Amino acid sequence: MKHEFIEKNVGLLAIFIIIAISFGGLAQITPLLFQKETNEPVDTLRPYTALEMEGRDIYIREGCSVCHSQMIRPFRAETERYGHYSVAGEGVWEHPFLWGSKRTGPDLARVGQRYSDAWHELHLLNPRDVVPQSNMPGFPWLAENRLTGEDTARKLEIFKNNFGVPYTDQDISGAKAAVAGKTEMQALIAYLQSLGHAFR
Amino acid sequence: MSIFWTIWITVITLIVIIGCAVLLHATSKNNTGVEEGKPMPHSFDGIQELNNPLPKWWTGLFWFTIVIGLLYSFAFPSYTANWNGLLNWTSSEQSVMSLEESQALAETSHSQYQREMNAAEEKYGAVFKQLAYDENGVYKDLTLIAKDPEAVKVGQRLFLQNCAQCHASDARGSKGFPNLTDNDWLYGGEAQNIKESIMHGRQGAMLAWKEILGEQGVKEVATYVLKLSGRRVNAVEAKAGEERFVMCAACHGADGKGSHALGAPNLTDKIWLYGGSRKAVEDSIRNGRNGVMPPWADVLGEDKVHLIAAFVYSLSQEK
Repeated sequence: MKHEFIEKNVGLLAIFIIIAISFGGLAQITPLLFQKETNEPVDTLRPYTALEMEGRDIYIREGCSVCHSQMIRPFRAETERYGHYSVAGEGVWEHPFLWGSKRTGPDLARVGQRYSDAWHELHLLNPRDVVPQSNMPGFPWLAENRLTGEDTARKLEIFKNNFGVPYTDQDISGAKAAVAGKTEMQALIAYLQSLGHAFR
Repeated sequence: MSIFWTIWITVITLIVIIGCAVLLHATSKNNTGVEEGKPMPHSFDGIQELNNPLPKWWTGLFWFTIVIGLLYSFAFPSYTANWNGLLNWTSSEQSVMSLEESQALAETSHSQYQREMNAAEEKYGAVFKQLAYDENGVYKDLTLIAKDPEAVKVGQRLFLQNCAQCHASDARGSKGFPNLTDNDWLYGGEAQNIKESIMHGRQGAMLAWKEILGEQGVKEVATYVLKLSGRRVNAVEAKAGEERFVMCAACHGADGKGSHALGAPNLTDKIWLYGGSRKAVEDSIRNGRNGVMPPWADVLGEDKVHLIAAFVYSLSQEK
């Protein structure tokens, strides 16, 4: 095939470029989809409770992952502050993953149990009440909005059926009762307090 | 990782590297039939292309990256998960299944992360050890360390990094987070009590009394509690509250002076963790309080906790 022929057929050029670029992904990404480390949960991983699952969705809704990563890299500068570095086996039930890519605020991968529930509530209402130099926005509406629990059981079912998360039938049938009437604040704090439990 | 994926990765990687070499070699030759530097037999809108060769520095760099790429792929872990490359390098232990396994591996691991940690332990761990231990290798008495300005300074820095979020940078706390500079202690102010609080945390648990006492009862007990700390109150209401206080005495003591063993605050002083207004006291009785001090032993290690405890102890000694 003449060089000129490829250069003058943009569609064909695009196809060849896609093939060339895909080699990197084929060698680097596809094997990981079948590797033990990335598919098997670590021994101490437990599924999110119904309330934590709702809290996780609030975390996603409020865009927390835009400013907070959940991925501690294996450097001393990170583990001194945040705790043990993250391993792949901790994230196998995360759909979607919330590793984030930017740290305007600190990493939250192991923030669970580092502060009391009361601290989190004050901090989420107005971060400057406890961290004067913070530039995080307050989230006061979380304390007012209440969860109905309408979709909670369905959410757990999806994680069980599609992602192999070991929820029991009791977990699913009790999901609505575990959540209904709680505030979004309670749900988000429950989620935050669970973060990093597998390596604590 | 199965042999299939090893072959998969190896084949694709080598195809790409060798493919680049072949492509570079082919395009470095003059196949156009036009002499170098002369015009090519086409022009676009009157613009002519000269048959110039690829720049030498550019092809040289390309060849360099191909060679480096090959060497790199053998020096570092690449073609199979079970092989760490000729340099036997690994970033960290990613296959651990629990914290215990990770800690056990730390002894023998040669990962880049572990080497960094070991070097830091040698350099900085020694500083903490020197301040926290005596010559026999046992922890120095906290009351002694509290008099060592160097150690207190280190303790203060650790406090500012890890404790100030709740207890504030001057250690005076705020509503719900105890002031550490006064002489009022929920769990005891002996140096050892302070260290225990930091190491293993504390879990305060004041029950919610609204169901048991009712709104009138909450009011009466609050009145009595305010009287305990020397406030002028309605005597009739205080009397009724005193009778109900029997239930509170289980933790706060019959005299209301509290208990360090239970973390029950002294109600007869003028120091209030959640505020001393009538409304705040009523709130505490009505809805209960659950103060939590997280445990720090696993996060900081005992050496650092020892120094922080000495710093905190020193704060209330200066008075």
